[in-house]
Amino acid sequence: MTATPKISIRGLRKSFGSKLVLDGIDLDVERGESLVIIGGSGSGKSVTLKCVLGLIRPDAGSIRIDGTEVVGLRGDARDEMLRKFGMLFQGAALFDSLKVWENVAFGLIEGRHMPRAKAREVALQKLAQVGLGAEVGELSPAELSGGMQKRVALARAIAAEPEIIFFDEPTTGLDPIMADVINDLIVQCVKRLGATALSITHDMASARKIADRIAMLYKGRLIWVGPVKDIDHSQNAHVDQFIHGRAEGPIQMEVLRP
Amino acid sequence: MNVLALIGRVILDGLETAGRMGMFAGNGVRHAVLPPFYFRLIGRQMLAIGYFSLPVVGLTALFTGMVLALQIYIGSARFNAESAVATIVVIGITRELGPVLGGLMVAGRVSAAIAAEIGTMRVTEQIDALVTLSTNPFKYLVAPRLWAATITLPLLVLVADTIGVMGGYLIGTQKLGFNAGSYLKNTLDFLETADVVSGLVKAAVFGFIIALMGCYHGFHSKGGAQGVGRATTDAVVSASILILVANYIVTELFFAK
Repeated sequence: MTATPKISIRGLRKSFGSKLVLDGIDLDVERGESLVIIGGSGSGKSVTLKCVLGLIRPDAGSIRIDGTEVVGLRGDARDEMLRKFGMLFQGAALFDSLKVWENVAFGLIEGRHMPRAKAREVALQKLAQVGLGAEVGELSPAELSGGMQKRVALARAIAAEPEIIFFDEPTTGLDPIMADVINDLIVQCVKRLGATALSITHDMASARKIADRIAMLYKGRLIWVGPVKDIDHSQNAHVDQFIHGRAEGPIQMEVLRP
Repeated sequence: MNVLALIGRVILDGLETAGRMGMFAGNGVRHAVLPPFYFRLIGRQMLAIGYFSLPVVGLTALFTGMVLALQIYIGSARFNAESAVATIVVIGITRELGPVLGGLMVAGRVSAAIAAEIGTMRVTEQIDALVTLSTNPFKYLVAPRLWAATITLPLLVLVADTIGVMGGYLIGTQKLGFNAGSYLKNTLDFLETADVVSGLVKAAVFGFIIALMGCYHGFHSKGGAQGVGRATTDAVVSASILILVANYIVTELFFAK
């Protein structure tokens, strides 16, 4: 008998107006596994994550977390489900009206009603884990560089020690060195928590580093799923084109050629 | 172009927007009256909405009271009723001009600020981040603003009423030659509780509308800086129009009694 997957997606479909974004996704993420979804811009990666979190309601399909159906969940049951999650947003999405440490402690104070003083201690500890000192905690997010904001966002995502962490394009917009620092931190944090991670990216260096398994999304369908070591001999022309970043191949970008 | 289809589309769009606003309002009120309450946020919003609007509302009321005294003097002089100036100024200010002009000024200031702030939070995914941190955006963003605006607008209008009457008094005694004592006596003698109360009820309704429109348009903004800009404009315009409509409805309700 096999254990229930942490996240189990079946037949997920979503369209916006006449545009079909997800065309029947089936995907399992095992407990403690790090799965990375790769794919071009507009291939439906973000929508998949947002459907799991309930930020977007899918048109059809089922999403189970620990075997429990979460599509259409409301109220307390939804809050309970969301407590298992942490998410690192693409643009960091830090609250700019709050100080850095208040950002990191937000889920603890508001979501779990931890006393502020105790939450502050935890926040500073998490900031230290991502390599930021206590003095950064007193700054406002607007005073930080992009790389620091990402690290603060990572600290916020792991602050409540979630069972599942989502990473939305964690390295986009960073220089290659900072991107690698973030990748290392992600691997460390996920390992330390023993969390299940689901990431989306189009940065192959990042995907290779943080993934146990990779899934490739193309035109709303998963066209390849496999362990990260098999990505270089996938026998799939679409995957080959993507990981080598070639303009020529079966994937045609919707660009008018001169 | 089919004209009938166009008319139908416009009406359907209008109804859809009204329905969405109604549902948004219902959701907002539900979260505003059910615990937990964010008292710290309500306090901060009361400061932003109420206290910092004082100069704008005060100046508006002052000059409105002054101009009202002048105009009513000109009008009432035509049938030798100059002594009515004080009474008409105070009734005009408390029942109508204090709440409506105050409400419109605050709408311009506060609806725009709320829509811009929440709109930016929407397009930078901060509202989604709230959800993933187990915090309901309605509870955290909408409810405190609804409370703060609904509580502070009547207080602002009370200040505006006082300053407006003082404006009238200033012109009455300094320019039109009224005796200070009798002007004040005329002001107070014919003023009824209902005049002030109806004005304050209006103010509370306007405050609710101002916060609601700011939040609604902010929440539904999309598409980056331009979207936030549009949300800001829409918030001010719709809040102003709804204030004028609500003003008539509330007046009618009080008038019927």
